Amino acid sequence: MQHQTAAIECVGLGHTYSPGTPFAKAALSNITLNVGAGEFVGLIGHTGSGKSTLIQHFNALLQPTEGTIRIHGADIHADKATLRATRQNVGLVFQYPEHQLFEVSVYKDVSFGPENMGLGRDEVDARVRKALALVGIGADSFEKSPFELSGGQKRRVAIAGVLAMQPSVLILDEPTAGLDPRGRTTILSTIKNMHDELGITVVLVSHSMEDIAKYVSKIIVMHSGTIFKQGTREEVFADAKALENIGLDAPVVSRLFQELRAKGLDIPGTPFTTHEATQLLHQFLKN
Amino acid sequence: MPRIAIGQYYPANSPIHSLDPRFKLVCSFTFIIMLFFITSAPGYVVAACFIAVSIKVSTVPLSFILRSLRAIFILLLFTVALNMFFMPGGDLVFRLGFISVYTEGLSRAAMMGSRLILLIFSSSLLTLTTSPIDLTGAIEFVLTPLKKLRVPAAEIAMMMTIALRFIPTLVEEMDKIMKAQKARGADFETGGIVKKARSLIPLLIPLFISAFRRADELAMAMEARCYRPDAPRTRMKIMRLTQRDFAALGIAAAFFGLILATRYF
Ligand SMILES: Nc1ncnc2c1ncn2[C@@H]1O[C@H](COP(=O)(O)OP(=O)(O)O)[C@@H](O)[C@H]1O
Ligand SMILES: [Mg+2]
Repeated sequence: MQHQTAAIECVGLGHTYSPGTPFAKAALSNITLNVGAGEFVGLIGHTGSGKSTLIQHFNALLQPTEGTIRIHGADIHADKATLRATRQNVGLVFQYPEHQLFEVSVYKDVSFGPENMGLGRDEVDARVRKALALVGIGADSFEKSPFELSGGQKRRVAIAGVLAMQPSVLILDEPTAGLDPRGRTTILSTIKNMHDELGITVVLVSHSMEDIAKYVSKIIVMHSGTIFKQGTREEVFADAKALENIGLDAPVVSRLFQELRAKGLDIPGTPFTTHEATQLLHQFLKN
Repeated sequence: MPRIAIGQYYPANSPIHSLDPRFKLVCSFTFIIMLFFITSAPGYVVAACFIAVSIKVSTVPLSFILRSLRAIFILLLFTVALNMFFMPGGDLVFRLGFISVYTEGLSRAAMMGSRLILLIFSSSLLTLTTSPIDLTGAIEFVLTPLKKLRVPAAEIAMMMTIALRFIPTLVEEMDKIMKAQKARGADFETGGIVKKARSLIPLLIPLFISAFRRADELAMAMEARCYRPDAPRTRMKIMRLTQRDFAALGIAAAFFGLILATRYF
């Protein structure tokens, strides 16, 4: 992993909606963070904590009202060309992305992004096929209307629409919201695979600790517009009580181990997934 | 839900804001009718004073009121120009080529212009100081006598309430879809009229789909709660005239009397 040039770098970033009107609303303040190239970062926080507002800064859809943001070291609001480049470099998958589908066929919808980039026909075709393959949509669905697909399939098509632009940073806003457990696992493992295979930087927004804990290497916790905590899973989940106070739960198994220790059981380690928990328990019982 | 300016309501805590919406509605309406009775300059001065005092008391910044003029700017220009240039009568003021301007034309132009401006000011003061929901309640009240004539007042009010309720939702939705398509490289700003119109397709189709989905869901939810449009119902927020309303009524009546007086004396 290369960490020399940060993929995303915010310093003292703040955002106020509708400033100077009676509707002014400070949604973010004093955000300072660093996402290294190739990292898989989780962004968590309660509803309304400012996650969506923050990530819209990452591809220049919102401009900070305070502080600065740099993507791959460049000031993204410097000029029109940088802005365009940023929108292509940083792929942003919104919450409920299936609501943005509009074309007559799956294939056409996914090609919307690459076509806007002004690529040649063959290049567009190659990218669309690759993106749809990545999310597991077969060629037999290419000519279907996106509106006749199932909820989970629609979402995967919408994600492919962003992937087809081949961004170097991929941001997903609550990609599993409203899906059944199976749909959730499919989406999350697809994202994990993309990160590992393509070597891209991924920021995963979620309010589910379970989702985050399983996949990410670093966690940023947001609370009412500010960064509450950031660090590795161990650092962030170490204090389950503090997280509880801001309306978040550490993964069930982490809390289980903390409770066991509080009850006087001398069991080492903090697991984040059921798999890790079973291993730790197994070891503990063997000794 | 983020707060979005619906219509143009300017939330504040002024005496005008806290007046009974029914009174404000009737008062603005009367004022507008009054405007058409004015025949002389003093009448306009009194009417302008009335509006000026109301604006001052309402604490709404003047810029918000002036903004409403933008919508009728062309109409205003047209009205003034038409009256000024094509209204012979009185003395000739000046002549420029085939255009002649007479005193009669000038005074007509000034009157029509003032009338239009005052009309817009009074109606925007109403919408600036009354929340849309209150306004709907007032409209329903005013329409109630028409129920006898089979005008579906309650249904009209319900439709307006639903429309008002969903404006912010749709605005929010449009903002979201617009951003999502921008993130996919869509460009809504540059290009000629054809390109611009075409660029709206990725915006409008998802927006319509979502509006229909919401309408469907809402209809289902209302059905599930046994909503019947014609059932008699009570209000959660009962509108009651207070002393403040009566005081305001007195002031308004005095002004209106004065306006009428300028016509006859
Ligand atoms: N377009 C907007 N206008 C005004 N306020 C907004 C807008 N979008 C979000 N907000 C407000 O900003 C805060 C943060 O919202 P958001 O970033 O959507 O949080 P999250 O994604 O963590 O749920 C919330 O209080 C929300 O009401
Ligand atoms: Mg959000």
